[in-house]
Amino acid sequence: MSKRRFAFPYLIWMTIFIVVPLFLIFFYAFTDNASGKTLFTLEHVKAIFQPLYLKVIGRSFYMSLIATLVCFVMGYPAAMILASKDFSQKNTMLILIVLPMWMNFLLRTYSWLSLLENEGLINRFLVSIGLGQVQLMYNNFAVILGMVYNFLPFMILPIYSVLVKIDKSVVEAAKDLGANGARVFLRIIFPLSMPGVVSGITMTFMPALSTFVISRLLSGGKITLIGNIIEQQFTITGDWGLGSALSLLLMVLIFISMIFINKYGDESVGAGGLL
Amino acid sequence: MGKKIIELKNIYKRFGDFTAIDGINLYINEGEFLTLLGPSGCGKTTTLRIIGGFEQPDEGDVLFEGVRINDVPAHKRPLNTVFQKYALFPHLTVGENVAFGPTIRKISPDIIQKDVKKYLEIVNLEGYEDRDVSTLSGGQQQRVAIARALINKPRVLLLDEPLGALDLKLRKDMQDELKTMHKDVGITFVYVTHDQEEALTLSDTVVVMNNGRILQIGTPVDIYNEPNNAFVAYFIGESNIIHNSIMVKDKLVNIDGVDFNCVDTGFGQNTPVDVVVRPEDVVLVPADKADLKGIVTLVTFKGVHYEIWVEGPTFEWKVHSTLPQTVGDELGITVDPYNIHVMKHEPLEIPSEETAVEV
Ligand SMILES: Nc1ncnc2c1ncn2[C@@H]1O[C@H](COP(=O)(O)OP(=O)(O)O)[C@@H](O)[C@H]1O
Ligand SMILES: [Mg+2]
Repeated sequence: MSKRRFAFPYLIWMTIFIVVPLFLIFFYAFTDNASGKTLFTLEHVKAIFQPLYLKVIGRSFYMSLIATLVCFVMGYPAAMILASKDFSQKNTMLILIVLPMWMNFLLRTYSWLSLLENEGLINRFLVSIGLGQVQLMYNNFAVILGMVYNFLPFMILPIYSVLVKIDKSVVEAAKDLGANGARVFLRIIFPLSMPGVVSGITMTFMPALSTFVISRLLSGGKITLIGNIIEQQFTITGDWGLGSALSLLLMVLIFISMIFINKYGDESVGAGGLL
Repeated sequence: MGKKIIELKNIYKRFGDFTAIDGINLYINEGEFLTLLGPSGCGKTTTLRIIGGFEQPDEGDVLFEGVRINDVPAHKRPLNTVFQKYALFPHLTVGENVAFGPTIRKISPDIIQKDVKKYLEIVNLEGYEDRDVSTLSGGQQQRVAIARALINKPRVLLLDEPLGALDLKLRKDMQDELKTMHKDVGITFVYVTHDQEEALTLSDTVVVMNNGRILQIGTPVDIYNEPNNAFVAYFIGESNIIHNSIMVKDKLVNIDGVDFNCVDTGFGQNTPVDVVVRPEDVVLVPADKADLKGIVTLVTFKGVHYEIWVEGPTFEWKVHSTLPQTVGDELGITVDPYNIHVMKHEPLEIPSEETAVEV
């Protein structure tokens, strides 16, 4: 009884912040009240299968995959360095990684503007040393850079927290059985870090796939991602039905990706099991 | 048994200001079962890790068949270790764990499969290949760790308190199995334990350590019967250690205020010494038959024998006897000369109970 009573606030919380919005999304995606009455319709769902939207979804996947990959390639070694016991600057480093997350997301992204702009800091520096101006913004590069910058900590931290927990004696056992550094990594450390890798990938890929702020600011609106389209439906065209249907599609795609990532991670861990 | 397979020469190891290994010299003969025995924190694990290549000595040399191997990394040493907490690979099955070493050495899969089967049989785990290691009991995990090491046919197997986490019954069974395995596979075993009984049961050679030093090296019988200082006597089995004894002259020692004949010589005259007498070597006789008399203060039945405490003039004697006594009786205390062990007097650093009986 008392346990149930304690669960009550969470039930309210879940209802308000998860169930109600989800219900509304479903509601708007499958209804139409153009005629004044609210009627069930599949029009919005059909509308999302336009070549334009599919292309945007493809682009969103492509760019967030690249951003996730870059985060992984940069984040894994960083996590390993942080987790190594000889690394004396560990706490300083951790704070430096977490620090940007205390700043407002928009602010952080705007700050890149002042760096990357044609008249920005980097270009001014390049010009001053006689190298001439380079186009740094308004392209895929800038958007991916923005994603990597914003989401890298979400890759590093989960991997780090799994790596530090790996039992040192297991690593020593592998060496004892004849494995050199590379083999110890490939056969022991990496497989054992898979749960961290999976959550790192999840935590970078999901927000990268649905972002609209990064793409709008750093591409100056030139590169449209699925997040931007959804945002437009709600703020500009006012087509809540289409916006909701697109959101649903995005949710389904994320859900499928998660199943895929978890299954793949599971296999490489062997019988270890996560999820 | 024959030639030296491993030799430690003047090894020192410090962690910061703390000297964990304080000048160790030791050789291990091929094929023998050698045990490092001592209380928790005396440097047993560190010594083993230095042999295994997981720790570098600050001074001194580690020799393998006469060749210095200080600079040979752990993965290239022809030794394998059974770690204190097994250290099985949690993401691999039992079979994959055991196959780890041969796989690294690129042995063909057919042979590996046969070997895995064979070594799982040796440790009584036939048919466990596909089991998840986390589903195994402590004793089973221990066996997997042993099979995983033995399959590599190491020249030397290092075992760090491998039975420490097991319950008493299982520990006894595993002791027997280890002993049999040692005979069957013919590999040199270097074993670490803080359990003196285990050390005496299993070993050909026992090395008693304390505070990073070796106190005595010998066969279990030597160590038990001829402890060469009070710590060894204290640590190995139960003892009466009488510190205020005086060597009157050769073959005569004053214990608890009374002169006893003994067999020891060379301590000089009227020298303070430590005397060790095992409880089972104390013989209780009627009071008028002995010079040293005491009052029985406590009698406890211990299964095989009675443990009897007798209050002498300056010392409380612990006696093991198959005959009970009555509390309050006055009795005579006698000891045969060859059961009196006289040793140089030294301030005794007896570890507190909890470190001595670490689990
Ligand atoms: N890596 C280390 N850093 C600091 N002190 C250590 C380290 N390893 C061991 N010691 C210390 O060295 C002493 C001996 O340790 P150890 O060899 O593990 O003892 P034992 O195995 O006999 O219990 C202990 O006091 C322990 O605290
Ligand atoms: Mg130890």
